[in-house]
Amino acid sequence: MATFKDFRNNVKPNWCPGCGDFSVQAAMQRAAANVGLEPENLAVISGIGCSGRISGYINSYGFHGIHGRSLPIAQGVKMANRDLTVIASGGDGDGFAIGMGHTIHAIRRNVDITYIVMDNQIYGLTKGQTSPRSATGFKTKSSPLGSIEQPISPMEMALTAGATFVAQSFSTDLKDLTALIEAGIKHKGFSLINVYSPCVTYNKVNTYDWFKENLTKLSDIEGYDPSNRENAMQTLMKHNGLVTGLIYQNTERKSYQELINNYSETPLAHADLNLDQEYFDKLVNEFM
Amino acid sequence: MINQLSWKVGGQQGEGIESTGEIFAIALNRLGYYLYGYRHFSSRIKGGHTNNKIRVSTTEVRSISDDLDVLVAFDQETIDLNYKELHSKGVILADAKFTPKKPEDTQAALYAVPFTEIATELGTSLMKNMVAIGATSAVLNLDIHVFEEVVQEIFGKKGAQVVAKNMDAIKAGYDYMKKQLVDGVEIMELEKADGKKRMFMIGNDAIALGAVAAGCRFMAAYPITPASEIMEYLIKKLPALGGTVIQTEDEIAACTMAIGANYAGVRTITASAGPGLSLKMEAIGLSGITETPLVVVDTQRGGPSTGLPTKQEQSDLMAMIYGTHGEIPKIVMAPSTVEEAFYDTTEAFNLAEEYQCPVIVLTDLQLSLGKQTVEPLSMDKVEIRRGKLVTNEIPDSENKAYFKRYEVTNDGVSPRVVPGMKNGIHHVTGVEHDETGKPSESAVNRNAQMDKRFRKIENIRFNTPVYKNVKHEEADVLLVGFNSTRGVIEEAMVRLENEGMKVNHAHIRLIHPFPTDEVLPLVRSAKKVVVVENNATGQLANIMKMNVGHAEKIIKHLKYDGNPFLPHEVYTKCKELF
Repeated sequence: MATFKDFRNNVKPNWCPGCGDFSVQAAMQRAAANVGLEPENLAVISGIGCSGRISGYINSYGFHGIHGRSLPIAQGVKMANRDLTVIASGGDGDGFAIGMGHTIHAIRRNVDITYIVMDNQIYGLTKGQTSPRSATGFKTKSSPLGSIEQPISPMEMALTAGATFVAQSFSTDLKDLTALIEAGIKHKGFSLINVYSPCVTYNKVNTYDWFKENLTKLSDIEGYDPSNRENAMQTLMKHNGLVTGLIYQNTERKSYQELINNYSETPLAHADLNLDQEYFDKLVNEFM
Repeated sequence: MINQLSWKVGGQQGEGIESTGEIFAIALNRLGYYLYGYRHFSSRIKGGHTNNKIRVSTTEVRSISDDLDVLVAFDQETIDLNYKELHSKGVILADAKFTPKKPEDTQAALYAVPFTEIATELGTSLMKNMVAIGATSAVLNLDIHVFEEVVQEIFGKKGAQVVAKNMDAIKAGYDYMKKQLVDGVEIMELEKADGKKRMFMIGNDAIALGAVAAGCRFMAAYPITPASEIMEYLIKKLPALGGTVIQTEDEIAACTMAIGANYAGVRTITASAGPGLSLKMEAIGLSGITETPLVVVDTQRGGPSTGLPTKQEQSDLMAMIYGTHGEIPKIVMAPSTVEEAFYDTTEAFNLAEEYQCPVIVLTDLQLSLGKQTVEPLSMDKVEIRRGKLVTNEIPDSENKAYFKRYEVTNDGVSPRVVPGMKNGIHHVTGVEHDETGKPSESAVNRNAQMDKRFRKIENIRFNTPVYKNVKHEEADVLLVGFNSTRGVIEEAMVRLENEGMKVNHAHIRLIHPFPTDEVLPLVRSAKKVVVVENNATGQLANIMKMNVGHAEKIIKHLKYDGNPFLPHEVYTKCKELF
């Protein structure tokens, strides 16, 4: 059986020292091993940005696509081969700005993949511009007087879009994060895990210390029930979204794959391409 | 007796004009006639003039005709907009309900037939279309029993009574009209057809059926005119094969999802029209640099932007060849008939896997939506070739290095493994990369990978890159076109030849890489080259000048008003040259 070391490759990440993404990578590798995956059965599909490079740093099949489009690529991979474990990943710009349309629709479609967002509330790779997650008033190169837009609340947004698995974590909580990714992989449907992954170079506000001070662990809230959607929404609003842990899970709704009319049990990628002559003749006759 | 007939039915959109044409056409197709249809419609659900022009012939036809024999009109607008097409012995069959007026400058006969009144008497005004079919049958001296089977198929679900009522409506229309046709009125009786069974379908049907035959089991697409029929067909047929269609949130998702599915090993298609292709372009570049097979259909319509969304145009040529930033190897094919649309689509999947690049199947609105008679399609000519897809297990090795997915090879094509394969792990990225897919900005590597990618399509094997009808070693005119103009060119050619002009015809089926070797000799041996295309800038003519030269003899014959060419327009252009 593969261990987390089997998910390491020899590629050195180009992230800044201290970047939160290192821990996210480690958590993904551990979670993959913990759920019993072999590297060839994992496909990591990533977007563009610092965090988008993650698919190249894990020893598994990896596809580094175009900006904002990790989710449709990942859903395509899963549709082609339902036996693969598919993890999509990228930053908050990738998922909540250019790719927001895909994020909402992937949530409501509920294809059985896991989406990990490395949320640093800034554009890092383009060297420090405002992100849809930046707080109002946040000063960056593209918002020198402070952002005058409202930040997106991804967890609340996911709940309203019909998400079946919504979780949030902090990159330094390696153990909790690993457990959430494992739960996300096992969840039958779309799982969204937003991870606060601080940018040590460009975000001087939302630092490690800031998160430690401001985050509340749901496990510390007595009797928190992740199956209660209404309470999940209230808790998020009460804490301004700054909570970590499993926020909401619906284990009853079926995944997209389970609902498709007559969808092949064997992966489509292994299907015989040759068409039965009788079926073809039937199709031809329908036009006569 | 006549051997061909041109019939048109028109009225307000949403009035059942299409089903009238459909029932008439299917019945005649089953008698063994060859049909070719053109639908004039607007980008709205109800209202606005719409018409369906159908040409019926005892021999193969691939174009609408210059003129018209019978016009069935459900409103005055239909008469006003279309009467000029009628020849002097043509007939207008108009609903008496709107008190039709015959324009002064036509010799065609007008018959006010109480379509609505007869239908209402029989039960419902909805059957006015059936009355019109009956009246048409009287003019054609056509036995109305030929409609029984189709009416049964369409209305059978609603019960025997509805079927009987509709047949009664056809008969009532026939009987009424028969009485009007007193001595001296010319009956347009068609010669008997051969009775052979043939298909009757639109180009989009053929593309969708081609995808099924080629082993395509997944489609990701977004609805758009005139491409939606492809996804609508596949969502009906793929489930029986375990596959499916996802209607995505947008065109970008459709294209990237198709890339993801192709990467993971299932033959996947996406289809759209110009606006969708514009949105897919970044993803097409991703397919190019990651060498992920991809089949994209572009059903051209009037552009730019929303342009003329329900009208004929061929203006995406340059965008399809050069679209996406940067440079990638790409194959652009342009079937010119429904048969070719089927076989080319099956081949598109092979080429996409053999050359590991995007393949664009280009059609135009007339080819995609024009319904026509097609000789039965066959699986005999359909092959499945997957190129260098690794299907055997890859043995374990000491060396744990990544699989060389982008190995620099002589033909430029590298072995391709799909996720799930042990010992095949590699990286895929839209960033320039080395042989294992690892990002690399080295100049040496850049050259090696760029050269490798372009080497792939240097000698592409494409069965018939140019359809040729070449009878003359030296021609006065070489007529060139692509997609649906094939029929008009063929007809113009016959007329010109009858008048002594030496005409050759080349229809380009492989737009890119351009088949210079095939086209150059034909250009050389012609005095003039007339390139017929539905766009304003002469895109194909320009591509020809770029590839084969001879700019001095290449003449552009362009039409971009939203309508397909008529045979006489091509004929006249050539006559003017000499």
